Amino acid sequence: MGLESDSMTADENTNMQGKGLSRRGFLKGVGAGGAVATIATGCSTIDRDGAVSLTPRGPEETSITLNLNGRRRKLKVEPRVTLLDALRNRLDLTGAKKVCDRGTCGACTVLVDGEPAYSCSMLAVEAVGRKITTIEGLGTPEKMNAVQKAFVENDAQQCGFCTPGFVVACTAVLTKNPDATLEEAQAGCGGNLCRCGTYVGMNQALMDAAKELKGGA
Amino acid sequence: MATAAWPEKKDRSLIGKSITRQDGPVKATGRAKYSFDMNPKGLLWAKPATSPHAHAKLVSIDTAKAEALPGVKGVWKDTDLIGEEVRYIGQIIACVAAESEEIATEAAAIVEAKYEVLEHQVIDNDIKFATGRASEQEVGKVADGFKEADVIIEGDYGVPVITHCCMEPHGQVTEVRGGELYSWPSTQNVSRWADRLDDAVGIERAKMHVDCQYMGGGFGSKFSFDKWGIIGTLLSKQTGRPVKLLLDRDLELSIAGNRPSGYTHIKLGLKNDGTITGFEGSVWGTGGGGGYRLRAFPYVFEPKNRKTTMKGIRTNRGGQRAWRAPSHPQTCLLTFSALEDAAAKLGIDAAAFYKKNLNLTARPDVYAEELDIAMKMIGYAKKAHLRTKLDAGPVKRGLGIAMHTWGGLGHASECRVTINPDGSVKAEIGTQDLGTGARTVVSIIAAETLGLPLEAIDTKIGKNAYPASGGSGGSTTTGGISVSTRMAATDALNELLGIAATKLGVAADKLEAKGGRIREIGNAAKSMSWTDACKMLRTGSISKTGANNRTEAQKAGLIDAGVGGVQIADVSVDVETGVVTLIEMVAVQDCGLIIDMKTCESQVYGGVIMGITSALFEEALYDAATGRMLNADMEFYRIAGIKDVGKLKVHMMTGEKYEKRGIIGVGEPPVIAPAAAISNAVANAIGVRVPYLPLTPDHVLDALA
Repeated sequence: MGLESDSMTADENTNMQGKGLSRRGFLKGVGAGGAVATIATGCSTIDRDGAVSLTPRGPEETSITLNLNGRRRKLKVEPRVTLLDALRNRLDLTGAKKVCDRGTCGACTVLVDGEPAYSCSMLAVEAVGRKITTIEGLGTPEKMNAVQKAFVENDAQQCGFCTPGFVVACTAVLTKNPDATLEEAQAGCGGNLCRCGTYVGMNQALMDAAKELKGGA
Repeated sequence: MATAAWPEKKDRSLIGKSITRQDGPVKATGRAKYSFDMNPKGLLWAKPATSPHAHAKLVSIDTAKAEALPGVKGVWKDTDLIGEEVRYIGQIIACVAAESEEIATEAAAIVEAKYEVLEHQVIDNDIKFATGRASEQEVGKVADGFKEADVIIEGDYGVPVITHCCMEPHGQVTEVRGGELYSWPSTQNVSRWADRLDDAVGIERAKMHVDCQYMGGGFGSKFSFDKWGIIGTLLSKQTGRPVKLLLDRDLELSIAGNRPSGYTHIKLGLKNDGTITGFEGSVWGTGGGGGYRLRAFPYVFEPKNRKTTMKGIRTNRGGQRAWRAPSHPQTCLLTFSALEDAAAKLGIDAAAFYKKNLNLTARPDVYAEELDIAMKMIGYAKKAHLRTKLDAGPVKRGLGIAMHTWGGLGHASECRVTINPDGSVKAEIGTQDLGTGARTVVSIIAAETLGLPLEAIDTKIGKNAYPASGGSGGSTTTGGISVSTRMAATDALNELLGIAATKLGVAADKLEAKGGRIREIGNAAKSMSWTDACKMLRTGSISKTGANNRTEAQKAGLIDAGVGGVQIADVSVDVETGVVTLIEMVAVQDCGLIIDMKTCESQVYGGVIMGITSALFEEALYDAATGRMLNADMEFYRIAGIKDVGKLKVHMMTGEKYEKRGIIGVGEPPVIAPAAAISNAVANAIGVRVPYLPLTPDHVLDALA
């Protein structure tokens, strides 16, 4: 696989398997050569000399169980299937949207162990053992969370296709820091894009939701 | 009797208020099902195989390998195209349907096609590539206009091709069952999406069922069923399974929506006091392989002696599609750049220059009023400076102004309103909600007419089974659907009033529906509840269909056409890095009688932001050597994020003068002026014009060099 022993330690490798990839980690991995393919096929160990022992997965479908919105969901996926495609195409959880399909627009944002992540840039097999929350796990039309209520009230959506991604990203930043300034909150959804131009309503929604989460509403 | 005329301001309970869109909760919780989200049982995924050449003769298509791939269930080949020319990269030549998206992608990649490669041409900004004859138009005598002038000022400007970049790509899910087509397209044109599809797929028009409840953006690019509509349907027929065919992002950006470019050389004749005496402009650009024509040039200001020439450049790029306010954003940028450059050269303040020439516009009084409001909002008097007086230091501030116009007459539309004996009300209309709030508008009009709360109306849109309503383009929807709904609801109400009249002992023409009651006008004592009145409908429901007859409705003051709008941008430019930052922008807009202030303002903010994006970031970049679009993704085809747009403020014109005109659409106008206003602000800040959009650092530094 051309994996260089000194650029990715066994620990780091295990770490990547266990926690999925950050964008930076992903880029580092690509620099190390073939990291993506390695993970896709379920590399388990790597020694200091660079010898890799593989426990191959795939290319055929493999059974996995995801911890999804507080429920265990069993499904069969090929290892190449992204978390986004698994959610949308295998589990009919279509709230996360496929737009850029390469980690730019944020429409596919879900929470992985509470952190926002682009589900188009993570494989379904990487999500095993992680706590995944999708837009469907954040609220219902009858019982919306603070961010969803604020989005609706402030008309922070038009066509609505990017909205679930924004709602998940905004929920993540404000849950972690309800005292966020507008600028900090904006940074929390700086990895999301909207084509209809709903940012003015969104700014107000961020401020209103923060207020409600602080108990000031 | 209830009449169709819009109620007086004092009698409006919903119209003009700030009302929250009704489908907000389903969208914000991810429950809204878009075309892309439809997963009917047995679904197959379709992926197209496309031309890798910008121009070639297609010799053969071989799908044997793709068909042999396990999981592939259907294949379509464009046999008509064999022996013909493919004209751009990404042109669809075949398509495969498979059990999964991954298999379909893999199969499409191994479709083998042979080509004889031909020479291609993708450059659109050099007039030497223009083909065919120029179209020429002269009003008055431009030579006379220039004779009158004290000075002649010339300039070159340009706007590149940009793409629609809808968040939900083009495409649809189709299913053919029992000889009938069930289709879930992402479309701006529910009622007529299937028109003319019948011949191509061999299914009668009456057996085509179209359903689009939510769609992820169109901006003018999603009216037709397109080639993928035909392919998806044929693959559904062939396989007997539902087929999902939506474009991948690279195809969405390169082949599913291009706004024509516009480059110009403009010559302006002026008096020393700033009076415009003559205008001559030649324009060229591309609409892809098709024809080319920009309308409305010169823009807003029309000197009585003017001449324009226009020449198209055929390129091997994806075809043009209507883009929000077709032609206007381009001609606005070209015209207003020249106007403010002229004002700057004469040493005249831009606002004063426009005011001096307002007699050359269609609505001097509206523009004057809007310009004054916009200037006040942005603090013009304090901030404005001449282009010769630049800020010290590397970061320089500037203001820029632009104006726009649009028609927006409501389209043909029919709506059926049904009042049931249990008091429930249904409004059915074959319109679509692109995110504009159309669904909510129908509910508002029906509820206002019947004197009921918004929630009492069960509004049904998005199917061609409902009464036909026009496509959502050209800012025509709100006017169209409001009138048809008003007509139907008024008719239905009058029948109910007739029935209530006997019971109340009051003549029907003395009755009104208000606050959930039927009552004698001006006498709340003589009344009955809405539900009691409906209970009298023993024989069944009242169902009425109303229509928007455009001419009559305009005569009756229900709808109108023609709006103005003024926008001012405040920018800073770092002359060392070339980075433009939009600090603030104000938009003043009229659109007649506003139905829902909240979604109306959202439209204007959205238009402004889309315009800002085009000014700062957007350009479909093509490589001349390969003919390939270089930025057919969302990393390098940038659109604005939440931190890119600065502080924005919208002001809607209200009051008797505007409201008595009836409804005028507002989707297009606000997107027109931002690029021109921002470009003018940049020129005001740095003292020189950045002639070509987008206002990226490289273009800014080029202008400063």
